[in-house]
Amino acid sequence: MGAETEYGIHTPGTNTFNATWLSTQVVHAYSLETGHRAAAGGETRWDYTDEDPLADARGWVVPRENAHPSQLTDVEPELTAAQIALEGGETLDRSAPLMMNMVLGNGARLYVDHAHPEYSSPEVTNPLDAVRWDAAGDLVALAAVRRIAATPGLPAINLYKNNTDNKSVSYGSHENYLMPRELPFKNIVTGLTPFFATRQLICGAGRVGRGQDGSGTGFQVSQRADFFEAEVGLETTIRRPIINTRDEPHATSEKYRRLHVIIGDANLSQVSNYLKFGTTALVLDMIEHGTAPEVALADPVATLQAVSHDWELGQTHLLSDGRRLRALDIQWCYLEAATAHAAANGSSHPTSGDGHTAAVLARWEQVLTLLGSDPMALAGQVEWIAKLKLLQQYRARDSMGWRDPRLALIDLQWSDIRPEKGLYYQLLQRGAMERLLPDDAIAGAVEQPPEDTRAFFRGKCIQHYGPNVVGASWDSVIFELPSQRRLQRIPTKEPLRGTKELTGVLFESSPDAATFLGRLLAGPH
Amino acid sequence: MASQEQRNVSSHTEEEQLDDTPQPTPAPESGTGQGATSGVDDLLDEIDGVLESNAEEFVRGFVQKGGQ
Repeated sequence: MGAETEYGIHTPGTNTFNATWLSTQVVHAYSLETGHRAAAGGETRWDYTDEDPLADARGWVVPRENAHPSQLTDVEPELTAAQIALEGGETLDRSAPLMMNMVLGNGARLYVDHAHPEYSSPEVTNPLDAVRWDAAGDLVALAAVRRIAATPGLPAINLYKNNTDNKSVSYGSHENYLMPRELPFKNIVTGLTPFFATRQLICGAGRVGRGQDGSGTGFQVSQRADFFEAEVGLETTIRRPIINTRDEPHATSEKYRRLHVIIGDANLSQVSNYLKFGTTALVLDMIEHGTAPEVALADPVATLQAVSHDWELGQTHLLSDGRRLRALDIQWCYLEAATAHAAANGSSHPTSGDGHTAAVLARWEQVLTLLGSDPMALAGQVEWIAKLKLLQQYRARDSMGWRDPRLALIDLQWSDIRPEKGLYYQLLQRGAMERLLPDDAIAGAVEQPPEDTRAFFRGKCIQHYGPNVVGASWDSVIFELPSQRRLQRIPTKEPLRGTKELTGVLFESSPDAATFLGRLLAGPH
Repeated sequence: MASQEQRNVSSHTEEEQLDDTPQPTPAPESGTGQGATSGVDDLLDEIDGVLESNAEEFVRGFVQKGGQ
């Protein structure tokens, strides 16, 4: 699994700058910050060979001419004069490099996605690592912000880990899960939709304002819910669907599909982020094995939004069979099924289990129990409740209505990634938000890749032989050796190979890229 | 500064009246003793110190281009 985070980008006091250009400055600043430089001192380019953004998991490919321009993510983006003219805004020094893409030594990708800087975490095998390497991305973004702030001639850039400007624009935080190819996609849709309409109760980031432009009054559970308009579809920027069908496996396509999840909120709260990945992975495992609960919503999109607006948790929602259930009841259906499923397959066993499943189930149960009895007791764990508590304290002290601009500011500034400004970090520093990981574990993940996936191979190639790596992607690393005229592309199609166990010694024992490649291609790896 | 305060206060009053959804009562803090209340006040005072100045303008200026 893995996480993608698009950051909101802002130059306070002005919005005259070109957003795409600002985003290139973030990537460039981080490239100056890190020692993991690639060929010729520049960035490692992204290898687009195996990208296939128009393949639909339902079994067809959208013709390029019918696709929305934002869907064509398989070509090198270029910041052209036309694009700047279209978008408008200043770009300052035109001779400065426009860096769009970097592969990092921790196996992640940092790049410009439309008009936002985006960090895609390296592949991990469990929810705690997903939290760790996603949080590492916030430190990457912070390092870039600091560097820019210290660079004369550049405007100060703030980055926000949120999902909307409350003026009708939304930008995503996506999750990716590896799934077996043979599983019929309709099973994923059926099993996942009610879960996705309700999981915001445990991982919503909270939002002041309703409707896509935020003009409606009040608080809601999710940042993203109001931006979803369809049940199933390929798009990610228009007509957003609850279940996205992009079929770009980034792996052996006969064996795997990558489930691309676009419905989540960006989470700063570690507990909410942990539950987001942990519970979703459990539900996917149930779908794979036919043990997901049979719940079907009469109107999933309307329910998604109703659940988000019902932060007092009182409403019931219509199912296809005529029953009405609360969102919390639907979550309980999934938890009970997951508990039984994990007990049956042994994954939650206290000694012989995987260690992660039991922890996720225990946390999920604790959170659902408190949501039913004393939701405010979850203010140290669940992100929307933490934000709501702070907002309610302000409302109580200063007698504020929901439209008070200070509440909108608190909502926005909650997600400022600078610890001295971000209100989430202010609460974290005061011990009011629970840590699942010590700070140094997250800092370590900025430098090092996970050890148990192919991200280890990618990250170590950048760390050890960066000057000889001219390109990389999720499923390839491309070397250029001075002694050879042809590039060498190493495919990494198997997500669970290229681990430390399999390749660690090779990296340690190879002083240069030529030796490494020679041994790699000769050996049984 | 004084006029800024004035504006905030008056726009407040107007918004209170315009709000058509019922104002939920803020959830009581657990253990609402003197100590707990002043703890909250301390927290809010500290957060007041890091909040961007001129909330309305700052929030209005936060405009994003499209995203996924």
